[in-house]
Order: sequence, then C-alpha cells, then structure tokens
Amino acid sequence: MASLALREAHGGRLFGPAAVGWLAAAGLSLLFSLLPPRTLPAFLYELPRDWRLPLETWLSASMAWLVEEAAIGPLRFRDLTRALAAFVEWPLALVRALLVEGFAGSGSPGAGPFAAPVSWLAVILLAGLLAARSGDRSLVLLVTGSLAYLALFGQWPSAMVTLSSILIAVPFGVAIGMLLGIAAFRSARFERLLVPLLDVMQTVPVFAYLLPMLFLFGFGPVSAILATILYAMPPMVRVTALALRQVPSEIRDFAAMAGCTSRQSLWRVLVPAARPTLVVGVNQVIMLSLNMVIIASMIGAGGLGYDVLTALRRLDIGRGLEAGLAITVLAIALDRLGQKAASRGERTRQQSADGLLDRPTVWLALGLAALATTELGRAFPFLAAYPESLQVSTGPLWNELVAWINVHFFDQLETLKSALVLNLLAPVRRFLLAQPWPWVLVLLVVAGHRLGGRRLALTVFALAAFVVATGYFEKALVSVYLVGLSALVATAIGIPIGIACGLSDRLWRVVEVVVDTLQTLPSFVYLIPVVMLFRVGEFSAMIAVVLYALAPAIRYTAHGIRRTPPPLLEAGCAAGCTRVQILRHIRLPLALPDILLGVNQTIMLALSMLVITALVGTRDLGQEVYIALTKADVGKGLVAGLCVACIAMIADRLVSAAAAHTRRRLGLVP
Amino acid sequence: MSRPVKLACRHLWKVFGPEAKRVLRRLGPDPDPAELERAGLIVAVANAELVVHAGEIFVIMGLSGSGKSTLVRCLARLVEPTAGEVIFDGRDLLRASEREMIEIRRHRMGMVFQHFALLPHLTVLENVAFPLAIQGVPRAEREMRARAMIRLVGLEGREHHFPRELSGGQQQRVGIARSLAVEPELWFLDEPFSALDPLIRREMQNEFLRLQALLAKTIVFITHDFEEAIRLADRIAIMQNGRIVQTGTPEELLLAPATDYVAAFTAGAPRARILSARAIMRPVDGSCEFAGTLDPTTRVADLAAAVLEAERPFAVVENGRLLGMVDRQAVIDVLVGKR
Repeated sequence: MASLALREAHGGRLFGPAAVGWLAAAGLSLLFSLLPPRTLPAFLYELPRDWRLPLETWLSASMAWLVEEAAIGPLRFRDLTRALAAFVEWPLALVRALLVEGFAGSGSPGAGPFAAPVSWLAVILLAGLLAARSGDRSLVLLVTGSLAYLALFGQWPSAMVTLSSILIAVPFGVAIGMLLGIAAFRSARFERLLVPLLDVMQTVPVFAYLLPMLFLFGFGPVSAILATILYAMPPMVRVTALALRQVPSEIRDFAAMAGCTSRQSLWRVLVPAARPTLVVGVNQVIMLSLNMVIIASMIGAGGLGYDVLTALRRLDIGRGLEAGLAITVLAIALDRLGQKAASRGERTRQQSADGLLDRPTVWLALGLAALATTELGRAFPFLAAYPESLQVSTGPLWNELVAWINVHFFDQLETLKSALVLNLLAPVRRFLLAQPWPWVLVLLVVAGHRLGGRRLALTVFALAAFVVATGYFEKALVSVYLVGLSALVATAIGIPIGIACGLSDRLWRVVEVVVDTLQTLPSFVYLIPVVMLFRVGEFSAMIAVVLYALAPAIRYTAHGIRRTPPPLLEAGCAAGCTRVQILRHIRLPLALPDILLGVNQTIMLALSMLVITALVGTRDLGQEVYIALTKADVGKGLVAGLCVACIAMIADRLVSAAAAHTRRRLGLVP
Repeated sequence: MSRPVKLACRHLWKVFGPEAKRVLRRLGPDPDPAELERAGLIVAVANAELVVHAGEIFVIMGLSGSGKSTLVRCLARLVEPTAGEVIFDGRDLLRASEREMIEIRRHRMGMVFQHFALLPHLTVLENVAFPLAIQGVPRAEREMRARAMIRLVGLEGREHHFPRELSGGQQQRVGIARSLAVEPELWFLDEPFSALDPLIRREMQNEFLRLQALLAKTIVFITHDFEEAIRLADRIAIMQNGRIVQTGTPEELLLAPATDYVAAFTAGAPRARILSARAIMRPVDGSCEFAGTLDPTTRVADLAAAVLEAERPFAVVENGRLLGMVDRQAVIDVLVGKR
C-alpha cells in the first residue's frame, strides 16, 4: 500500500493517478471509522505499556539525579541552580519593593517599611513621560489612561506585581537572546545546533516550561520569572541573528576597511545598524513575557494572572473578567509603547529636536515631582496608594450580565452548542480516533514525500513515530481533532474577512485595529468570556482556540491580497477582467503562498492555545501536560509537551512545504 | 611609467566552494576553469595579475558577474584569496596578521562603496569621524579633521544631518569624505557612482578628478561603465569571467584590443577623446610646410578645431624632434569613426 502510494506520489501532476490515490486513501480512512469497535487489535491504536519507550521514567530519574546528586567536583548542580536563582531574585526583589511592597526597615522587625513603594501617581507620571519622548500625544493619553484604569478598578497592586515581573524578565530575555543570536550569527556551526532547539522551544506548550522550573527552583516568583525568560527569549535569538545578517554586506566591509576590531565591528557598526529590526525583537519579547508571566502564575508568579486563575477555578466570572481586562489594558499599553520605540529608529534631525518634552530640565522637574508625591504620600495616604473608597468594581455588574444572559438566552446558546457538538465535533472526533497509527504514519509519510521529498518524509515519520512510541497516540489524535477543527473554522472565518480587507482599505483600517488587539491579548484572557457563556468542555475550548488563532488567517490573507503586483492587476483590467475575475484568477492564486503561511500560523497559535484550554476541561495532550504540572511529574509533562511540539512541527513542515511548492509553481521563488 | 609600484597582485585566485584551496593546488598553477567547475567550484577571480603605480588611477572595468568586485575585495583582503600574492609597498598582504591588517586598513587604505555604506544611526560628522573614532583619536581632533574633509567634498552646513536626509550624490560625498579622513595612501572606489543619476554621476566624476588633482592618491577604481573608465583612468584592466583579458591605457585598448570582447567595448567609445596625435600621425613625406606644431600626447578632440581650420598639416614634435604630421583627413577619419 505504502509503496503503491509512494510510486503514485512521483506522478507529480495535480490530478491524475495521485488524485485517485488520495481518493482511495480517504475511502480506506472512512472504512476504518466504520469498523465496529475491537475489530482490529488494540495495539494498532495505542502501543501496550511494555512496548513503549520508557522516556518518561528516564526523564524523571535523570531530573531527580540532577537535583539530588549531580555535581562537577565540589560544585553541586543544586548550588548552581541556587546561584542562578539568586541572580534573578535580587533585581526582582528590588523592583518589587519599588513598585509593590516598599523597602522593609533594616532595624527591628515590625518597625514598618523603611520606604513606601513608588506612588501610583508617580508611576503614571513616569510612564507618561516615557510615552511623551516619542512625541505622540495620543500615546501619552493611552498609556496614562491605561494605568489610571488599573488604579480606578482596584487592579493596581496585582498589576504592579505583573509589571515588576516583566520589568525583570524582559531585560534578561533580551540580553540572553541577543548574546545567543550574536553567537549564532558568528558561528554557523553553533547556529545549526541552536535552530532545532529553538524550533522545539517555540512549539513546546507553555505548561511544559513551567515543569522543569518548578522542579529545579520550586514554587515561587523566581521560577516563574525564569520560565518567562526561557519562553520569551527564542524570538530574540532569531531576530538578532536575522537582523545582523540583514545588515548590508557593504556596511560589514566598511567596518573591516575602517580597521575595526571584531568587537568594534559588532558593537559600533553591526548592532547599531541593525537596531530597527532588533527593537522589533524586543517588542516580541515584551509581549511573550506578558503572556507567559500570566500563565506562570500557576507556579507562583502572582499578580493579575493569579487573579484570573483563582477566578476561573471558582468560576467567579466577574472577578476574572476584571483581571482579564486589566491584563488586556496593560498589554495594549506595553505593546504600543514598544512599537513606538521600534519606529523611533527612523528619527531624523528635525524630529529629534522637537519631541513633546525632550529637555533634561523637564525630566528633572518631573522626576522631583514624582519623588515629592512619594514623600508627601506619608502625610497624604491617597497620594501613595489609590484610595479604596474611590475604586470601582465592575465584578458584580459582569456577574449580573452573565446571569441575565444565561437566564434569557440559555436555550439558544445550549441549542447552538449541542447542535455543533452533535453534528460536527462528535463525528469528526469519532472518525479521527478510529484511525490506527500505522495508517496515519503511512499517510503522513506519503504527504511528506509528495510535498518535500525524502527528507521531509523522514522528518515527519520520525516526529510521528515519537508520539506513537511514547504512548500518546490517542491523546495526540484528540489534540489533532481539536486543533484541526479549530484551525479549519478559524481559516473559514478568517480568509473571507482577509479577502474583504484586502479589497477595501477602509475595512482593513478597522479590522487591523481589532486584529492587533486580539494578538496582544495573553491567551489566558480568551478563556473568560467563553467559559462565561458555554461553561467548561471541548466546545468552549474550541471557541477560545478559534478566537485566539483567527488573527493570522486574516492578517496574512489581507497582506497577500493587497500585495498583488500592480502591473498584473493592470494587465487583468486591460484584458477585460471583471472584478470577480481579477480576484479569482489574479489576486487569489498569487496570494496563495501568503494564505498558506497564515494557515500555518493559525495552526501554531491554535496548538499553543489548545494547551491553555486544558484549564477548561479538554481530554487531550494539553490536559496530560497540565495534570503532570499539578502532580509535578517532570517526565510525563516533558514527554507529553514534546508530543505537542511534534504535532506542531509536523504541521509546520508540511504546510511550509506546501507554501514553498505553490510559490515555486507560481514562479515567486525569493 | 617610472613611478614606483604601490600595489600588485600575482597569480591571484578566488574560488568558492568546498575544499577550494586543495583542489586548486592539485590542478596546478593555471588550471582550466571548466575543470574547476567540474569539481563543483565557482571561479570568481582567475589568475589575476596587475600592477598599480603610485599616484595612478587604475580602473578595473567589467560587467556584473565578471569578478571585479571580488577582485578589489581580494586586494583589500576583505575576501581571503584562495591562492596568489597581493603586494602592497613591497610586502605580501596575505601574510599579514589580523592585527597588522587592522593597522594597515586604519592608516593606509580607504574605500568608497557603491551603496555608500553609511551608518544610519550617525550624523554626517560622526560618520566621517568614525574611522578616526575607531582608532581612538580624541573627539576634538577627529571632529576637526572630519570637518576639514566635509569641507573638501563641499558639504559644509550638513554636518548634523543624518544620511537618510541627504540625496544620493550627497551621501556619496559623505562616503568619499569618510574614506579620506584617515588620509590613506591607497584608495579603493567600488563602483562609487553607479547608484547615482547620470547627471549627478557626471558631476561626481568631475569632483573626483578635482580631488585627485589635489591629493594624488593611488587609486583602484571599479566600474561597469566603459565611458566612465576612459574618462577617469590612467590605465584600465578589463575583466571577463573572472579573468583580466587586457590591461592598458584607454588608447592602447582602442588601438589594439586583445579580444573581440574588448573590441566590443571600444567600438562605441568617443575616439576623439581617447586617440592622441601620436596615434593618428603619418610619416612626413618629403619637405612640406606646417601650420604649427603639436605635442604627441594631445587628444584629437583638443587638436581637431585647429587642424580643420588650417590649410596645412600640423607637425608632431617631441623634444624638438619631428615625429610625423597630422592633416585634415586624419582628423576627419577619427571624427566620422573611420579609424
């Protein structure tokens, strides 16, 4: 069967024997799903326990060995982790003291704080000043408004905990990422080693990061910060290597001709010349840190994420929504601030002269004012901490709203839910779960071979075989079913919207704002409204995944449609095409590679979100990781996490190969 | 030319590909390029030989892909040659240590790039002062020298602009000022005017000639534009497929093209600007009267008006010796392109 399909795969034509082959494959798959249960032996669906690769046990044992016994000479591994923890702990304690707790008096215990934390007014003022440096009035309003919102709605202390985590995680993430990126730029061998590692790091679900940290560093803000740094760093590595490589070769030659030493050439020529791209990486690190620091509340990060988590656990929708909105507000403010910094690389002589407030005197005066607020805070407490009596809570309002919706629309929502579950979710699930693993492997290998030759077939085979060998095949199928369906729905919604946006500038301007906002929201936040309306279960999970994964489908499609080369459009017009014909025959085919990339991104985002939805009760690989996390079972967590990464990498390789394939066919090879 | 040799290269090869050095050594001193390509290698520069004298403008001309850019990078050792020697002031650059190379580049070489290669985050002044800053020259001194260079290229008043605020021509002036800031002996210009509009290009060529008259550097100038080459060059080397096919003065190339390829370039050249009286004179037959005398190096374009107006031919005289004569017919032949 496999050899037959492989031979057909060599046909190369789009229709013809290959199409017949795929049709036959589909028929066979259908047959499998119609077989009565237990027709085929059970080991075809999941390897029996003693056939499996005992990777989990090995990992757990080696982790235990690392923590308990590993040592290089007198230096024990545990000491190393402690030293590492201390390295982060000190700055974190400092920032936390500044923003949240205040400095404890050095004298007798209970003497009261030596200094109060920086007052909320001063923080808002400083953030406003930072925004003002860009010379953009609306940014100042946005940033100060966001922070004022946090104070007004009583989210200030939690938000400051989250902010202090970010203030520590981002510089570390950026610095480490940049150093690794530079090393990758300088040594091709190091890069060959690093890239697969980054691939895995970026596809392993977030929960899997938390586990080893929990194991090595214990529950608390330090392991949360370390997990955050680890999670947010990979894009910085890639961006740095890319940015340095993008510096024109002439500039590199110039550095050599000017007689730069290699250090001078790096720090005085290459890095400054690459700055605009590097700042994009920094922005990414900020957003990823925010996302992770929320999730890391599971291992003790505290802050807004913890508020959402406890609210979710107690199904206190109002509280959860409030904290979720606070995260959103913080995310948007940080993102816009970061983006402004990114575009500031293009500053010119005139602009640098007339920023809104750029004179050091203004800085000094306002800095003093900020200090005074803090000092005055002792006399007037409302200056130091936003008074509780003035806080507004929307929690009860939201709770009432949910209650109202559930009273008035319960039947409609329930009908919708059960209709979809019965007619879409359940059949797809049944169909997929009926496929034995040897057959799935064959299909994957054939698809890999057709799209990318022997190498891709081998890669895909190895990745899938890992999942089978570790005994997670069935759970993986559940994940594939959820992700596949969600990605399908997301693209089905996203691509038409993207096409419409590609054709209308006005629509795009509106949608772009929405998409940007959707993308800045940490994944946690999506769970709240979904649970609110549909309670827990796979259906809720799917809706959250669709919402989270929608953005790239829209963005890439719109980008692809908008990017059609004008000469081709003119040629179409000149040939007398109608608007519809231009769309069908010119814009869409040319946008296909972009759209495929969007689909790829959608799948990746769907997978990363899927794991988060373990919190609202799914029964897939994500749940396995989550359970492992709650049980602190490192081996299981890592292996299940790697299985998710395998699915992600299979999807990524196949879809990228398809995109490359169409791009070659269209003659758009870069 | 009796001027001393400043820069020379011998048997210079640049071959890209795995194990290029070993394969090249195995195939002997001047292997067939086809054989190298069979070994999976790409030949960028093949057995290049050239000699550049002090104070000379030496132009390397070739179309894109001919290897001229790689050759100049080999000469500056920005690209490590696969085999051969590069002799700068009598010593082999390829044997210099990295530290020595840095010193040589810091003080004795300068380079101008096709796309300017200005640092986007520095102002004009900082860009020009950059090579000095790298050497650790104190700020006051390097800014003073940078300002002098900026004045030299006519950009006073724009010291505090950023590169992106300048036009292409102005940016290249910054590039020139920067390359001159360390007062190099050897000046590489890699297609410096190719990215500019034709009008600006002409203006910059004049500017370049003015600077060279002032500074008398030893220059290696890369271009793909034959007209630019003959306008600027003392001597030209023409490259094709990594090889130098001919080296000579513009007039030598025109009168005796070594290959059809060279002839194809010279065919459209403005002959009157290249050919000299020596090239078009014919022997003096018997005794005849002359309208005047000419130096043998005078270009046809410069003598044409006088010769065409005169009734009689002109005598070509060098150091008081009569070499030959130039008459109306000879000048007309050149002007209508007959020879």
